[in-house]
Amino acid sequence: MPDKPKVAFYWCASCGGCEEAVVDLAEDILTVVGAVDIVLWPVAMDFKKADIEARPDKSIVAAFINGAVRTSEQEEWVRMLRKKSQVVVSFGACANSGGIPALANQSRKEDILKYVYEDCPGVDNPDKTRPRIKCEDEGHTLTLPELRSMVRSLDQVIDVDYYLPGCPPTPKLIMAAVQALLSGKLPPKGTVLSPDIALCEECKRKDSKPADLALTEFKRPHQIQIDPEKCLLAQGIVCMGPATRGGCEALCPGGNMACTGCFGPTSRVKDQGAKFVSSVFSNIAPKEEKDIDAVLDGIPDPIGTFYRYGLSKCLLRRKLN
Amino acid sequence: MSEKFEPKIVAFFCNWCTYTAADLAGVSRLKYAPNVRVIRVMCSGRVDPQFVLDAFARGADGVLLGGCHPGDCHYAEGNYKTLRRMRMLERMLKAMGIYDGRFRLEWISGAEGDKVRSVVNDMTEKVRALGPLNLPGKFTEWDKEIEELEAHVNGGSKKEATVHAR
Amino acid sequence: MDKTAQKVWNQAHQQANSGRRTVTIDPITRLEGHGKIEIFLNDQGNVDRAYLQIPELRGFEVFSQGRPAEDMPQITSRICGVCPTAHHMAAAKALDDLYGVKCHPVGRKIRELVYNAFMLEDHALHVYVLGGPDFIVGPDAPKEMRNIVGVIGKVGLDVGKRVISMRRRIREIINYAGGKVIHPVMGLPGGVAKGISASELPKFKEIAKDGLEFAKFTLQVFHDIVLRNDAYVKLITSDTFTHKTYYMGLVDKNNKVNFYDGDVRVVTPEGKEYAKFPIQKYLEHISEHVEPWSYIKFPFLKKVGWNGFVEGGSSGVYAVAPMARLNAADGMATPEAQKAYEEYFKVLGGKPVHHTLANHWARVVEMLQAAERIVELVNDPELTGKEFRTIPTKTPKIGVGVVEAPRGTLIHQYETDENGLIRRANLIVATLNNSARIAMSVDKAAKGLIKGGKVDDGLLNMVEMAFRAYDPCFGCATHTLPGEMPMIVTLRDMKGGVIREIRR
Repeated sequence: MPDKPKVAFYWCASCGGCEEAVVDLAEDILTVVGAVDIVLWPVAMDFKKADIEARPDKSIVAAFINGAVRTSEQEEWVRMLRKKSQVVVSFGACANSGGIPALANQSRKEDILKYVYEDCPGVDNPDKTRPRIKCEDEGHTLTLPELRSMVRSLDQVIDVDYYLPGCPPTPKLIMAAVQALLSGKLPPKGTVLSPDIALCEECKRKDSKPADLALTEFKRPHQIQIDPEKCLLAQGIVCMGPATRGGCEALCPGGNMACTGCFGPTSRVKDQGAKFVSSVFSNIAPKEEKDIDAVLDGIPDPIGTFYRYGLSKCLLRRKLN
Repeated sequence: MSEKFEPKIVAFFCNWCTYTAADLAGVSRLKYAPNVRVIRVMCSGRVDPQFVLDAFARGADGVLLGGCHPGDCHYAEGNYKTLRRMRMLERMLKAMGIYDGRFRLEWISGAEGDKVRSVVNDMTEKVRALGPLNLPGKFTEWDKEIEELEAHVNGGSKKEATVHAR
Repeated sequence: MDKTAQKVWNQAHQQANSGRRTVTIDPITRLEGHGKIEIFLNDQGNVDRAYLQIPELRGFEVFSQGRPAEDMPQITSRICGVCPTAHHMAAAKALDDLYGVKCHPVGRKIRELVYNAFMLEDHALHVYVLGGPDFIVGPDAPKEMRNIVGVIGKVGLDVGKRVISMRRRIREIINYAGGKVIHPVMGLPGGVAKGISASELPKFKEIAKDGLEFAKFTLQVFHDIVLRNDAYVKLITSDTFTHKTYYMGLVDKNNKVNFYDGDVRVVTPEGKEYAKFPIQKYLEHISEHVEPWSYIKFPFLKKVGWNGFVEGGSSGVYAVAPMARLNAADGMATPEAQKAYEEYFKVLGGKPVHHTLANHWARVVEMLQAAERIVELVNDPELTGKEFRTIPTKTPKIGVGVVEAPRGTLIHQYETDENGLIRRANLIVATLNNSARIAMSVDKAAKGLIKGGKVDDGLLNMVEMAFRAYDPCFGCATHTLPGEMPMIVTLRDMKGGVIREIRR
């Protein structure tokens, strides 16, 4: 009997939601486990780095890697997995474009450390102690890893073959990807394994989206009772749908909240935030600067709104400071 | 080493007004700073904010956008769309640390050859004062920290890959 | 290298190589997030000191600055994808407080329903997948069996499938009300974004009924497998896994356990009420200590003070999570859970219980309360009310929210400008509260278990059990730069030389 194909899962800077999404395959997970040999899955299985190192190059059929890349440890791991795997799938928003952790690319590392260990309410630290790369405690030498200056997407560190979008990807998409890989029917390299359409296309509210939004005001979701049927943009709520790839079947609008863009852009878009600005803000109502600005004031945090999951992939990559 | 910094400014000019004005400036032999690289677009409304970010990412120190005066757009509303987007784009740029002066939107009609000259000269001086933006250089600089490791992983060096570089 | 160390090294080397060719499910990774244990041996090969280090830091408090407060329930849920609902809910409650708006009563019931559903499925995850295998399969069972597969082997495939399908069905409730189950979107100041349609109720009632049966069944499993086994009971009550510390948990107005709301109550190591306060006063009671050898901070009771990693009434170290919650309350809020609660304390010798491993049992007691609350809520006619949110009208300034996450008390505090943009945020996450006690537990377990340089996988697993009982979420606890590592255990000799390093 030929060996079952070998598959690896690995996580970098992530929340564990992508792992949970795999667990959420629920009964289907038994099918997956029956069809492949999982050779690495830190959340659930034993592995040693040496085990992977000892494998011949390209002996793993596919490595699914989630999480953004922030430390050298993660960089070493993903490079090794690249070498050992035929296919690398960037799994979820953090791996694809930095995800929410990449919002840290608007801050300097020093500012983060200072706030957390000195300025945060409740910290009792008169000596301004900081975690150190190397320190002595009761005669014992202890070390900690160093953090990189910025949060990177997986493909900024290694070559990636496919992308599974979402925060996290839905079990449906995960199953589809696994099946495609197992059947050997592989799409062209670089494909995002989700429909290449805007989210609006699969949103139940689509029919109420006006051709010309002509907005006179943006509202924040806590300020109004949100109509559960009507297009959110038409209600003046920022919804990333027009600049976001479909595939989740509009879960958040189904929860009566706006899309926040976790699936990233479609293939025709280079920069999700800039594209959103292009598509939505052209169509607000006012024509005078002052009036335009008043409308824009309704969106107090453009970066956190338009690049909620994608700051690593913003063309500018990080805040310059 | 200390060569005089010459800013690179990418200018998107609309076909019907600003590009015509730049043409006029040329025909009229009005001299202006040679720092702009003009890209002709059919309408300022054709300029996607992605173009602006891309220009910066590829090494522009400044981006200038020129269109018809409000009310004069060849396509009726194109320049209003531009104005709205660019007001938001400016806010985004600021939040990403690219401050006033590196990006500019101007309305210049086909007859205002002189305005092309004054705007280009003024912007060139202001960007010169701001100094180089040099994003490609910064990208290289930022990625040094991971390239060192790449060399380690692929070079088979025995030296321990330490990560201690505060 | 001295002789003992050499011996340990040889053993370890052999063991590492013998295990290499097998793909097994590893115990130490049965937790969320990552940690690193450093064990220093002395000349006799005994443990001089064991450190639990957290080698990562994210930046949520910092990169929250400037963001609209109403985005916080969705941003902070990304601290942890296993317990996103806890962060989401703590954030929503902080928003209520921030905007000075009382949660709409229907919205509150929806939140509570979702929250208890989450509590039930998350505890089930730990019982069957993460922590439980230590007992169900056995602490020193072969490591390839100490996992969900081993659990299924022991309890049968039907039970395994039942666990999987039950968890999926409970999560459907969260999915419906929250839009997404992993990173829900429902929380807004004054209520929730979406109501519950009456047409869904029959299905929810079915899930609730089965959920309660499932919780009772889980208690039975615990009885049959753990409590009937004297060796396990002895292990649970052994000194190696015992610390006398303060305990903290939320209680309702009758001092009963409440996961969603209430005052924070702290009891002394003797079980007497030490403090009871609304969450807005938490800074009067909790401070955070910093050590240079870990990215995690160590909260302590401010008025008692930080006296190092020691137990007893004069040390500000306290514990949260199921065992602590049961200690800090006078009882459970629902009848079946109350029965289980009484039995728990009776068997374990009265209140308070100091045995870290008792967390597993306390967790099952809590599953009952969560399941009973779900039944109450789905049968509440108000649940399907057409209005479920109160629009805030006040100017925001500062707000604090608290819930009992499965892993303990979780506090979010936001300060904003008048436009509701975050100026300062502070997050005291469940596992963080436990960080000092967990560090002590690892140290004590290592000292109690590793003697004369003798180390094997079973012993190490028992060291791991000392932290696994807390169901720690180091992903959460280090919400502060991204960057995670696999769990690493390093054994060091006197001079700090590495005897053995285990990476998982």
